[in-house]
Amino acid sequence: MRNSGIVACVAATALVLTACGSGGESGEDGGGNTLTINVFGDSFSLPDNRELYDEYEKAHGVKIVENRSDFGTHHQNLQARLTAGSGTADLEVIEVGQVSGFIGQSEQFVNFKDKGVDSAQWTESTVQRASTADGGALIGLPTDIGGLAMCYRTDLFAQAGLPTDRDQVSALWSTWDDYVSVGKQFLTKMPKTKWFDAGGHVFTGILGNEEETFYNADGDLIVEDNKVVKDAWDLTVDAIKAGQSAALPEFSPEWNTGFQQGQFATITCPAWMMGYIQGNAPDTKGKWDIAKIPGGSGNWGGSYVTVPAQGKNVDKAVELAKWLTAPEQNVKLFKSIGNFPSQESTWSQPDVADFSSEFFSGAPAGKIYPESLENAPVQVVGPQSGVIGNTFAGALNSVEQGTDPEEAWESAMNDIKAAAGDG
Amino acid sequence: MTVRTSEQLDNRGAPPDSPGRPSGPSSRRQAWRSRLYRFDVKGSPYLYVLPFFGLFAVFGLFPLVYTAIISTTAWSPRKPGSEDVSVGLDNYGKLLSDDNFHNSLINTFGIGLVSTVPQLLLALGIAHLLNYRLRGRLFLRMGVLVPYITSVAAVALIFNQIFARDFGLLNWVLQPFMDNPLDWRADKWSSWLAVSTMVIWHWTGYNALIYLAAMQTIPYELYESASIDGASKWQQFWHITIPSLRPTIIFTVIVSTIGALQLFAEPFLFDTTRNSNGGPEREFQTVVLYLYQQFWTNGRYGYAAAIAWTLFLITVVIALVNFLLVRRIRSADD
Repeated sequence: MRNSGIVACVAATALVLTACGSGGESGEDGGGNTLTINVFGDSFSLPDNRELYDEYEKAHGVKIVENRSDFGTHHQNLQARLTAGSGTADLEVIEVGQVSGFIGQSEQFVNFKDKGVDSAQWTESTVQRASTADGGALIGLPTDIGGLAMCYRTDLFAQAGLPTDRDQVSALWSTWDDYVSVGKQFLTKMPKTKWFDAGGHVFTGILGNEEETFYNADGDLIVEDNKVVKDAWDLTVDAIKAGQSAALPEFSPEWNTGFQQGQFATITCPAWMMGYIQGNAPDTKGKWDIAKIPGGSGNWGGSYVTVPAQGKNVDKAVELAKWLTAPEQNVKLFKSIGNFPSQESTWSQPDVADFSSEFFSGAPAGKIYPESLENAPVQVVGPQSGVIGNTFAGALNSVEQGTDPEEAWESAMNDIKAAAGDG
Repeated sequence: MTVRTSEQLDNRGAPPDSPGRPSGPSSRRQAWRSRLYRFDVKGSPYLYVLPFFGLFAVFGLFPLVYTAIISTTAWSPRKPGSEDVSVGLDNYGKLLSDDNFHNSLINTFGIGLVSTVPQLLLALGIAHLLNYRLRGRLFLRMGVLVPYITSVAAVALIFNQIFARDFGLLNWVLQPFMDNPLDWRADKWSSWLAVSTMVIWHWTGYNALIYLAAMQTIPYELYESASIDGASKWQQFWHITIPSLRPTIIFTVIVSTIGALQLFAEPFLFDTTRNSNGGPEREFQTVVLYLYQQFWTNGRYGYAAAIAWTLFLITVVIALVNFLLVRRIRSADD
């Protein structure tokens, strides 16, 4: 491993990067009493809300330092520091689309199977995704799960003459085709507002109800010949051509602004999206509601907490990881941030089932998300799932900017083959 | 400087050997001392430059060689064991037929041209103005350097606001002339313009100061006699300043060209999706940005290393061409 440390530093130098040597805060101060955790998005806290950390700090006499970066940067840094052999935080969050890329490096992570974790609290498939093929090692503990719903702006719906009641809205779109036609209807009344934020999100939403998308269960790349993917693409392109997309690249600053300015009326809304909306546009409180996802079910996203083996506080980090992913904490997170607990046992608890979100006009999130997950398939992910998803998002964004859809599809396929074909 | 030091030592200290003296302990000491001095004269220059070559070996040569080795593998951290799979020159072969790589080359040269030419012309003009006797000259001279000392990330933050599609400053200004707001990242020309603007903003002051320093070495008498002969300011600039600046201009052209080939931070930060795609259709994806994407986002270490080496070779070729041109210009002078 020492060798690969040199390799990464060399590579980084050669690539004019400064990834090496930075971020080595773990365990340097506080004599092992400081635990660092690297996250993306809103895994365990919101910028103004770190209740969960505070609670743990009080009970265990440790200090928790969270370092948040954007999705891409976070996973890239993690990979860089693993290859370099130093610099990871004590705990690192990995997103579900990225996790299989790290499975091949399972020796770099603490194996939770040896740490007395009861993996029966999660569904088998959830655990399987973060486990090695032989099931010998479990590198991450599941945090949340991204059951799908559709968030919509009641004020904009009212202006467009559409129903605002969430059951009636759910009835508008039993399929994604319906969703796109309602969008067309909406635009005739509200030509200045868009129907959704980005084509990439609709595309991901449609595929959220499919089991095999980019890879099949054997791990082969099937994206090009997968009718499901092409259909999702075609429908999304249809919606884009109808002028429904605000064409805001997901998670970009423009996208954040879009929430605040009310540029779009609906957004594919995995449970964790609730946190984004609240964080991005606190002023829109009460203007949002949550309806069912077209198709009735689906899953998008979710994360795992890992403990890199190179850390200096491995044991304490494992304790924290277990605590953060325990049902009680997951329930708390759901209520404050929106991340939906991955333990099915919690879904029927009154705390979860009866929870409704004030921000979202009292939508019964505690009922909507379990219902969506009930029939949701277990999606197959592969080592480059994250890259492929990004490629599609980019390709759809180019269609939004006027590229011919055929060309965009072709070039996306080429990019995917290059990235995932030979690794 | 090292050479002069040893010469001084030589002149000052070394006593000439006197061959007639009988051999003894003192003469042996003398022989030792003279050997020492000879070593000092011959050897110490090498010792003085050794630290540089030591550092270069560790941070320059070794990475270069190691990158070359990686570029012959199919290494990806996402594929266990791929580190040791040798693919020979396959990565380079693929690169030759990789449309995205060609595109990134075109973008790099395009942005390089659009950013370097106006940048150097502007710098020349600014330097000329700053060379006049002005009120608050020092303040102004320091002022042009402010963009240079500002971090690229901060610059990009501001320019991302200016060039934003929906609520951007520039689109607001252009509003009366356009039907739809311009999506700066969606077209090659507009994104090149935006990225180049950032580069120009960042580097013009730096080049202006270099030009200014060179201008101040031009003897004032030349201007004086020119103005007595009735030459206008413009003629003075064109016939005295520019020819005197020729070596400096050549230097800045070479440095800017190499800098342009390695352009990364500006296009990276201008792509707000952080996918390193340089726009949805790779409108402004430069070679280094493509390299970065293949390395970090796609985890193709071997392929990215091949891109790095290819870029290195291209840079060497261009530096050589530059060198030959410069030599030609010099010899034309003689």
